[in-house]
Amino acid sequence: MPPREGTYGLLAEFETPGDLIRAAQQARKDGWRRMDCYTPYPVEEAAEAIGFHRNKVPLITLIGGLMGLTAMFLLETWISVWAYPLNIAGRPTYSWPAFIVPAYEWTILFAGLSAAFGMLALNGLPALYHPLFNAPNFREGATTNKFFLCLEALDPKFDLAEAKRYLESFQPVLVVEVDY
Amino acid sequence: MAVELKDNPKLDAATGEFNVIAPEQTFLSVTEKITRIVLTPTTPLGWFAIFGVGGALATMLLVAVTWLFLEGVGIWAITQPVAWGFAIINFVWWIGIGHAGTLISAILLLFKQGWRNSINRFAEAMTIFAVVCAGMFPLIHVGRPWLGYWLLPVPLTMGVWPQFRSPLLWDVFAVSTYATISVVFWYIGMVPDFGTMRDRAKSKFAQYSYGLVALGWRGSVRHWARYETASLLLAGLATPLVLSVHTVISFDFAVAVLPGWHTTIFPPYFVAGAIYSGFAMVLTLAIPLRKFYHLESLVTERHIDNMGKVMLATGFIVAYGYGMEVFMAWYSASHWEAFMMWNRMFGPMGWAYWVLVTCNLAIPLTTLWSRKLRTNIAFMFFISIVVNTGMWFERFVIVVTSLYRDFLPSSWGTYRATRWDYMIYVGTLGLFTALFLLFVRFLPMIPMSEIRMMLPGAKITPKKTAEAGD
Repeated sequence: MPPREGTYGLLAEFETPGDLIRAAQQARKDGWRRMDCYTPYPVEEAAEAIGFHRNKVPLITLIGGLMGLTAMFLLETWISVWAYPLNIAGRPTYSWPAFIVPAYEWTILFAGLSAAFGMLALNGLPALYHPLFNAPNFREGATTNKFFLCLEALDPKFDLAEAKRYLESFQPVLVVEVDY
Repeated sequence: MAVELKDNPKLDAATGEFNVIAPEQTFLSVTEKITRIVLTPTTPLGWFAIFGVGGALATMLLVAVTWLFLEGVGIWAITQPVAWGFAIINFVWWIGIGHAGTLISAILLLFKQGWRNSINRFAEAMTIFAVVCAGMFPLIHVGRPWLGYWLLPVPLTMGVWPQFRSPLLWDVFAVSTYATISVVFWYIGMVPDFGTMRDRAKSKFAQYSYGLVALGWRGSVRHWARYETASLLLAGLATPLVLSVHTVISFDFAVAVLPGWHTTIFPPYFVAGAIYSGFAMVLTLAIPLRKFYHLESLVTERHIDNMGKVMLATGFIVAYGYGMEVFMAWYSASHWEAFMMWNRMFGPMGWAYWVLVTCNLAIPLTTLWSRKLRTNIAFMFFISIVVNTGMWFERFVIVVTSLYRDFLPSSWGTYRATRWDYMIYVGTLGLFTALFLLFVRFLPMIPMSEIRMMLPGAKITPKKTAEAGD
């Protein structure tokens, strides 16, 4: 993303998750799309309220797992049948039941790494800078005990004064303007 | 009982169970309580004292391992017929201890056991440090550890490749996957808490350090949604993984033709034993921790009680395993099996068998029925030590008493561990202690975000029109 200037959005602070969810639901109903909620622990209802229902982490995990499975099974087969065939007590070189165990472990290894790193990548992390960290009250509360709703300036409906009035109608503790 | 229910404020009146978290905790109080332990500039003297002991023992481990590399595995007591000694006993014991951490973090998460949240972080840390100690043993046991990479399927100039039909090679994949996934699961679990640490730290250095490892976490609900999915998936993957790891380790024994090893009951029996000893180790760690850091409101009697129940259940699976071994020794009608069992119980090393029966069955399985005893902290600490000892002896009995008198009386021998064996074993205990203390000092030992979910403040209150301020 190229560096931007001006206003990132308006940030409203709430005391309880319930207040946040009701505000987010109403904002979505009123046509807001570029917005996000920030909570100190997972609040599923808030994600639902802003219309975030599904994510791609399971798909990435599945693909990763299948890749691990295939990679290890083929490697074992290639090594045992072609690259370095060994006669172990007369067993066939392609003794696939014995190959299952390492292939199983690599399924889990690749799936687990895909889940973790896929989640981070989809979240755009690591991102050590974010405009929200400029808000004076954000770091105080977002990771401790406060609940935030941010209406972003990129939303076509965004008009600074109007959005501020709109957010204040939800009776938040505070509404602050966040700059890039 | 009814009187006790009404009077004891620690009990939940509705269920009669202990409260998972003491009442009157808020998001802020929990956060403060957990971050303060780490973010304080003063380290308690007791921490230095225990770290000193752990560090000294870890240094002893370094000395012993250096000598081992210089001299070879001949400094250990292993020889024919007992070619596997302390190294394998300790390997199996440590890996087993690690398994409870994964059970708590993964399986109990899938079963939606909310009480696990308080203990899951340090149980996972225990897993990782236990795997560090465990993983060392096979590596130093190979004799020429600098050639350890031969175990991996990598193209070498000799054109030699590993042999994939051997459980010993399966171990390489099982244990390395287990270590990797445990570290990833642990780290991912800490990312949001690192965000909290970053935001609450006062010193610049702490802010930068925690800021780096927090990866810029800001608590967006979109992030949280993917994070929760990834956590559940990791838990779902870690569950079959943890069961497979000790299963594969038991294959090391079970595929051999030796009486006492060659049994199909080994995989479930190893896994149950692993969880049994692992929960004992969690108790060994949790009981002093909650006392020294005043975490009684977060790690409550409920946790101790529940862990006692899990130990009771897994203890009975282990007891079934012992019983089946004895039964099969008779029912197989095999002379060798029967002799192995007789020799295990009444041979020259029979005392080890009775130590294991006393520590794993006689003491815990008779007393853990009582809730009074299960919530008696001193008693539970004692039980945890007893079970850990018992489980170590179980591995000793499996490894040594199966090996030292096999088929041919002319090849019988004995096993007497050398000082190097003891130094390395005790050294890993020191290494484990030192690593764990570093964890307690520098990382949030209780997952704050997961605790917050369980607090009354996290209940979504129905629409209220009341004024702000309540």
